[in-house]
Amino acid sequence: MAKKKRSIRLFEPALVGTAVKQSFVKLSPRLMVKNPVMFTVEIGTAVMLAVTLYQLFTGDNSQGALWYNITIFIILLLTVLFANFAEALAEARGKAQAESLRKTRQDTPAKKVFTVGDMYVNEVKVVPSSQLSKGDFFICEAGDVIPMDGEIVEGIATIDESAITGESAPVIRESGGDKSSVTGGTKVLSDKIKVKVTTEPGESFLDKMIALVEGASRQKTPNEIALTILLAAFTLIFIIVCVTLKPFADYANTPITIAAFISLFVCLIPTTIGGLLSAIGIAGMDRALRANVIAKSGKAVETAGDIDVLLLDKTGTITIGNRKATSFWPADKVDMTDFISHCVFASLADVTPEGKSIVELAGEKNIHVKQLPADTRMIEFSAETRSSGVDLPDGMKIRKGAFDAIKKIALNNGKPFPDETESRIKQIASNGGTPLVVSVNNVIQGVIELQDIIKPGIKERFDRLRKMGVKTVMVTGDNPLTAKYIAEKAGVDDFIAEAKPEDKMNYIRKEQQSGKLVAMMGDGTNDAPALAQADVGVAMNSGTQAAKEAGNMVDLDNDPTKLIEIVEIGKQLLITRGTLTTFSIANDVAKYFAIVPALFIASIPALQALNIMGLKSPESAILSAIIFNAIIIPMLIPLALKGVKYRPIGASALLRRNLLIYGFGGVIVPFIGIKLIDMALGLFM
Amino acid sequence: MNSEILGVVITFLVTVLLAYPLGKYIAKVFKGERTLTDFMNPVEKFFFRVCGINPHETMNWKQFLKAMLTINMLWLVYAFFLLIFQHKLPLNPDGNPGQTPDLAFNTAISFLVNCNLQHYSGESGLTYFTQLFVITFLQFVSAATGIAALVAVFNGLKEKTTQNLGNFWVIFTKSITRVLLPLCIIAAIFLAFNGSPTSYDGKDNLVTLQGDSVQVSRGPAAGMIAIKHLGTNGGGWFGANSAHPLENPNYFTNMLEMVIQVLIPIALIFALGFYINRRKLSKVIFGVMTIGLLCLLIPTIISEINGSPAIEKLGVLQSTGAMEGKEVRFGPAASGYWSIVTTIISTGSVNSMHDSSMPMSGMMQLLGMMINAFYGGCGVGILNYLIYLIIAVFIAGLMVGRTPEFMGHKVEAREVKIAALVMLLSAFLVKTFTALAAYMVAHHPDIAWQVKPGAWLNNPSYHGFSEMLYEFTSSNANNGSGFEGLGDNNIFWNVTTGIVLILARFLPIIGPVAIIGLLAKKKFVPESPGTLRTDSWTFGMMTFAVIVVFNALSFFPALALGPLAEYFSMY
Repeated sequence: MAKKKRSIRLFEPALVGTAVKQSFVKLSPRLMVKNPVMFTVEIGTAVMLAVTLYQLFTGDNSQGALWYNITIFIILLLTVLFANFAEALAEARGKAQAESLRKTRQDTPAKKVFTVGDMYVNEVKVVPSSQLSKGDFFICEAGDVIPMDGEIVEGIATIDESAITGESAPVIRESGGDKSSVTGGTKVLSDKIKVKVTTEPGESFLDKMIALVEGASRQKTPNEIALTILLAAFTLIFIIVCVTLKPFADYANTPITIAAFISLFVCLIPTTIGGLLSAIGIAGMDRALRANVIAKSGKAVETAGDIDVLLLDKTGTITIGNRKATSFWPADKVDMTDFISHCVFASLADVTPEGKSIVELAGEKNIHVKQLPADTRMIEFSAETRSSGVDLPDGMKIRKGAFDAIKKIALNNGKPFPDETESRIKQIASNGGTPLVVSVNNVIQGVIELQDIIKPGIKERFDRLRKMGVKTVMVTGDNPLTAKYIAEKAGVDDFIAEAKPEDKMNYIRKEQQSGKLVAMMGDGTNDAPALAQADVGVAMNSGTQAAKEAGNMVDLDNDPTKLIEIVEIGKQLLITRGTLTTFSIANDVAKYFAIVPALFIASIPALQALNIMGLKSPESAILSAIIFNAIIIPMLIPLALKGVKYRPIGASALLRRNLLIYGFGGVIVPFIGIKLIDMALGLFM
Repeated sequence: MNSEILGVVITFLVTVLLAYPLGKYIAKVFKGERTLTDFMNPVEKFFFRVCGINPHETMNWKQFLKAMLTINMLWLVYAFFLLIFQHKLPLNPDGNPGQTPDLAFNTAISFLVNCNLQHYSGESGLTYFTQLFVITFLQFVSAATGIAALVAVFNGLKEKTTQNLGNFWVIFTKSITRVLLPLCIIAAIFLAFNGSPTSYDGKDNLVTLQGDSVQVSRGPAAGMIAIKHLGTNGGGWFGANSAHPLENPNYFTNMLEMVIQVLIPIALIFALGFYINRRKLSKVIFGVMTIGLLCLLIPTIISEINGSPAIEKLGVLQSTGAMEGKEVRFGPAASGYWSIVTTIISTGSVNSMHDSSMPMSGMMQLLGMMINAFYGGCGVGILNYLIYLIIAVFIAGLMVGRTPEFMGHKVEAREVKIAALVMLLSAFLVKTFTALAAYMVAHHPDIAWQVKPGAWLNNPSYHGFSEMLYEFTSSNANNGSGFEGLGDNNIFWNVTTGIVLILARFLPIIGPVAIIGLLAKKKFVPESPGTLRTDSWTFGMMTFAVIVVFNALSFFPALALGPLAEYFSMY
């Protein structure tokens, strides 16, 4: 199963081109005002432009040399452009990601079914997919590309969903039940289905996601709003610092140029995080999309990082879809080889995964039976008999089935049920296995042990979740004994056994009442209420429309372990914002040491002692500081787009680590950077 | 020299040893458990009945603040008029005049807000009547207001989800009857026995050994000196404050006054742990604040003990350290300790002239007031710390990848907004008003005011700048100490500092109480391994870093032009 990697290079040339163009478009004050930090930089840039123009026309040199003012103006402009570029690049990447999904469903021909009155007639016309609207019906046959998202109302088909999921194996979709949903852009490989359109054109989940990335309908998430407030407060503080510096300087008889004021201000305000903030948010959505998850809002991704409880279905998530035979336990005085041969006979015609696994296990024990004799009568499994088997031409009747069903057969025919088999059955059940009893001509021969196979690596993932502080809960239809055994073996924290759909709902409610955030994944219509109730509800793309509407994310891969990835994406989003904020503010310490002595050194020579970096001249100190301030933005773009890695090492340890790297590092790095720039400038000045 | 430092260490240790049991006691008092002072019960009940207070009424944060602000406004009006008309009132043996309206405005606000900035001298600016019924009265109630606001915050933190922050009137009354009054009586007795006057007689005449005739002011001072420290008020009975021999007669009273001014602020930190049952949180907060204290204290004591390089250049030996502006009976180490303690908590009483401190010490004193959260004033110190803590919680929460939580409640946009505004306020008030003063001095030194701006400053240049900066920093911190050397009893300084005082008192109380009120209303989120623990040392260091970085960013340019420029010019 080859998986198409949907990765885009960080600085894909085509995207960079768009982003560069966009960064100029974004200079429009109407767009800039949404980002208060960068907006103030833009105002500063405009003031510098005015100063420079004034100087050009009047030749008044009281504000410093012309080249100096022009340089400051250019660097400030670059600062704004760099910030815009970061945002534009993130947008372009997100859009490219979404476009590659959407491309497949541009304008595909649709075989629309027309209705006359309330009656469906068989009139089918080919129309462009854009003319389909919600509630319409269309037909798809083998080879057709499905034009719109919808729900199968008639028929069954195999569908190639690789365009959406990257998964090459075809999947089966059929009307009724939980696998009735089809996605536009996927291809029908066999059979014919009738589909009801469930979304208006332009309102599919993918369209919503693209809109979220594009910014038009991107709403700031609660944490982003709070952070913007904090950054605005810091900006205000630095406005106060700079405005009051003027009378302070007057008192100290120090003239300060406009360029110096604006430079100080721009250096101090948190431009690094201010410039990267929206890029970080978009990149988070983009990362979700790259994991093949469509989030309906940015908030959903962010909430995922806060999840306390994770509800997971046992089958398919924790265990490999089906039980497998693991041991043969013949009754006393029954030969092992005979027993296994009988088991194989009973299972050869059985196409269920359990049946196949019995044949496989027998093969491992070197017992190969290729074919059943002719004239063998198959006894299919039924809910009444709860057993299946074969009647061989020589009159041998082999049955395998549930313990009580086979026991009934034996007892009804006056045959005893061996004690050792009964105790073996109890042992198997207590080990979380399922016993399958085999009889030949109504005589009990022994028992086959079927076990749930826990997915490799799943225990480690649960350990990781536990370290993140997420509690995992397994939901299963098994009896409590089996459930407990598997729960312990897989390392989940809790389980719901013999679960009915409403049990999930009740569990979620209970956890939420104690203040916890709950995530779950589901596909069926009966999951829909629970998906809606959960704080993060991830619907599988293969699931019903109701489930997809109810959840706030859709997983295109139908991968139940995806929740773990989603939680990490959410955390990464917050961490990236937090660390870059810390870095940005910590940077200011060094910038003060560069600029404050530079401003006052002419009138207060003693302040040379504060010039601990030994910068050459006041001009070069100020230039170095704002150049550093500008170039740090593009240098951090990769980090902002990729996100700071989340490590499940416990909150305090993680804080220590990030504080050391981004806090302490944020203090040190600019000292080095500014000094280096000053040395480089020294070659020219 | 070593015995001097030993004196400082002992003073600090005694403070902590006394504060711990006191904290336990305070927690018990407000939890309503049985305590030694239950004999005050009938007194409290009597007050409640007379005032028509229902002690069982619960209050949400808005009702709580409304009650607190209303009574405070009432006290302001009361104090203002009494000060203006004090010469017409009894108990004025020295015949002191009434205060001018702008001075009365400043004085009334200053004592109401627990600041005790004094633009007058007690000997001539007040009468015994106003000393007792305005000054001492406000010193009690302003300290109790701060404690009450803090206990409201305790109540909000204690419950998982609650609207009830307690009854302001009950908490306020108990703060006085159970905490301030008993401690004040004990301290006053010690002071009286060591020579602080407690008589209603007017000035005494005495003839010195030189044969000069001197008039010595007196009054019922001992009780007021006790509450001025216990309540972190700081306003002196006499103009020279605790440098005055009758206000602080000997080394023992000096130790006593140093102990009792920090006693309640530290005890309240421990009380927090006992009250909400999170002793580790208390320990971490106490640790962070103590580290802060040491960072300010050590450079101060070193520079004071080493003396001034300017005097050294004159060839004068300074074997006793920098003694300008200091009392011989206290020495440089104890004076340095006092100057830091009085500035980090909002007392503002002085036993030496801060104007004469070394530039390094001056900067440490300024920083202590700018931060205003290392122990801090009665109640308000922890409230100020809470603001830094909320900002730290927010940034740290993001850094560990979870929506920030404090004590099981999500910190969201609204709380961040309030915290950011309060944090912003100090930078705004200090810097804009200092800028205004600097502007007047630089551009309008000769404007036709009663006292021309050109004549405000005793010292030109950097030190003059520090004087102005100090005055507004002190007002903003509700500290009340003065750098002095500043002509501050005129309409400009009286009005501007008055405005700063009132804003810087009530907004930083309203902010934290509102934040906790809002948080307490929210759903309780239980802790998980992914939750950032606010009672860990890592988080304590994070808060410390927020405090340091924020204050450095806000005030670095101002400090560079004042004490730093002076320091580097001197060495």
